[in-house]
Amino acid sequence: MITSERKPLDEILSYLKGENKIFIVACDGCSTGSQVSDPVHTQALVEELQQNGKTVTGVARVEMVCNGGLTALMLAQQLAAVNEADSIGVLSCGVGIQSVAQWVAKPVHPLTNSLYLGGFHGLWRSQERCVECGNCMLDYTGGICPYTACSKSLLYGTCGGPQNGKCEVDVDVPCGWMQIYERLAALGRTERLKDMPPLRNFRNMLPAGARRRTSMWALELADVEAAGAQQ
Amino acid sequence: MSFKEAAESGKFVISCEVAPPKGINMEHAMEEAELLRGRVDGINVTDLQAACMRVSSLATCALLKQRGLEPILQMVCRDRNRLALQSELLSAYVLGIRNVLCLTGDHVVLGDHPDAKPVFDLDSVSLLGAAKRLMEGKDLAGNDLEGVPDDLFLGAIVTPGADPVEPQIYKLHVKVQAGARFIQTQAVYDVDAFTRFMERIAEVKVPILCGIVLLKSAGMARYMNNNVAGVFVPDALIKRMAAAGQADKEAKAAGKKADNQAKTSIEIAAEIIRGVKPLCRGVHLMPLGWGHHVPAVLEAAGL
Repeated sequence: MITSERKPLDEILSYLKGENKIFIVACDGCSTGSQVSDPVHTQALVEELQQNGKTVTGVARVEMVCNGGLTALMLAQQLAAVNEADSIGVLSCGVGIQSVAQWVAKPVHPLTNSLYLGGFHGLWRSQERCVECGNCMLDYTGGICPYTACSKSLLYGTCGGPQNGKCEVDVDVPCGWMQIYERLAALGRTERLKDMPPLRNFRNMLPAGARRRTSMWALELADVEAAGAQQ
Repeated sequence: MSFKEAAESGKFVISCEVAPPKGINMEHAMEEAELLRGRVDGINVTDLQAACMRVSSLATCALLKQRGLEPILQMVCRDRNRLALQSELLSAYVLGIRNVLCLTGDHVVLGDHPDAKPVFDLDSVSLLGAAKRLMEGKDLAGNDLEGVPDDLFLGAIVTPGADPVEPQIYKLHVKVQAGARFIQTQAVYDVDAFTRFMERIAEVKVPILCGIVLLKSAGMARYMNNNVAGVFVPDALIKRMAAAGQADKEAKAAGKKADNQAKTSIEIAAEIIRGVKPLCRGVHLMPLGWGHHVPAVLEAAGL
């Protein structure tokens, strides 16, 4: 399971500058387990957005957002509400956010930070999509993760290596930053490449504080205590 | 005159790179550097270029500095994390080195230790940012420095021939924003294409030094076209190199000495330099082992 936390409201609102209508995709999988995207917490976010003058055009609950086909189906069922929205906000792990971003030609905003793997992985077969960096950058990069899509995990744009859209590491590997550039160009958001997000904080990947706040940690401790009591 | 003074003086600036050896024999690198004395404004020293292990750029720059030459320290982000990179910037400063070219670096899989761990904790942009912060008296974590390297002269690179070029241009803007005060480019062979590139980046005010790589043969030109990102050698130049190579072959078969390839290579480089001279603020020569031809190139270009 990918454990996630919701991003602070201020950060979410900063993504929504100039946008009034938002469609929400909420995952019934891992991030519900993290008490981030379950119906109660999703509704709480919807209300916070409304209190800040935003209109939520609809909410799609998807069993596992990382399942791209299922996500596409659920979005199609609410096509009018999706089309009406300026952008899509996703309550899921980083894999799910990218799963949504591949289907819609609108800005897709991460509403969570993926913290670490806690057991079963929400799978997107064929490649790694999320390194649980703890500070999701998918808003800046158009819904494609620079840490997994770029061989060098570059955060500030392309290196000098790509040729014909392929990575210098392997001619069969697409250049992640060319994909990001094309996605942003299609969305008319290439100016975002002049933003300079903060340096990656590798301490976010240490489980300590975040893990202790979760029910997973409590269950693990209970298991250990129970085993100790038996001995 | 320091490289910084030259770059800021408005004169046409010349830099040239030398490569440290794999092993401890510094003789060849020092000979190449000596050939540049009085002829160039700065000498770049490559940092484990092409991801191949060798003597460091820092040590080589320090040796150049001892000889009274003006080194430009190249630093890539492939092999060190942010602690080591900042430490090396301070170390370079205490050794008298002031010019630093900040690069991301080729991936390890392209080099001679493909199993190594690629670091890339920082990249070209964030390394520039780190250096700028050191110049302001703080490290990346916000700690105060005891003694501030406030007159580092920071540079970066751009690939004018990248396709598409827009992502390169966005990154160029970010590099200048992060602290780059001079720019050296990837190899340029097509003056018209370079003209168009310079028009597109007209609002970038820092000095741009156009990259010049000496062609050694038609084969090398074709290899670069197929394998080096953002480098394009026009057919006309490849044909000239091929004809020169053929002439050398025939002369050799007739038992005569001939050096048509080198002569043609020097001619071509000089033509490109004359072509780009009105467009940019200088040139950056990358002789790739042909350092002994650099004085002839500069002479032929009228520099």
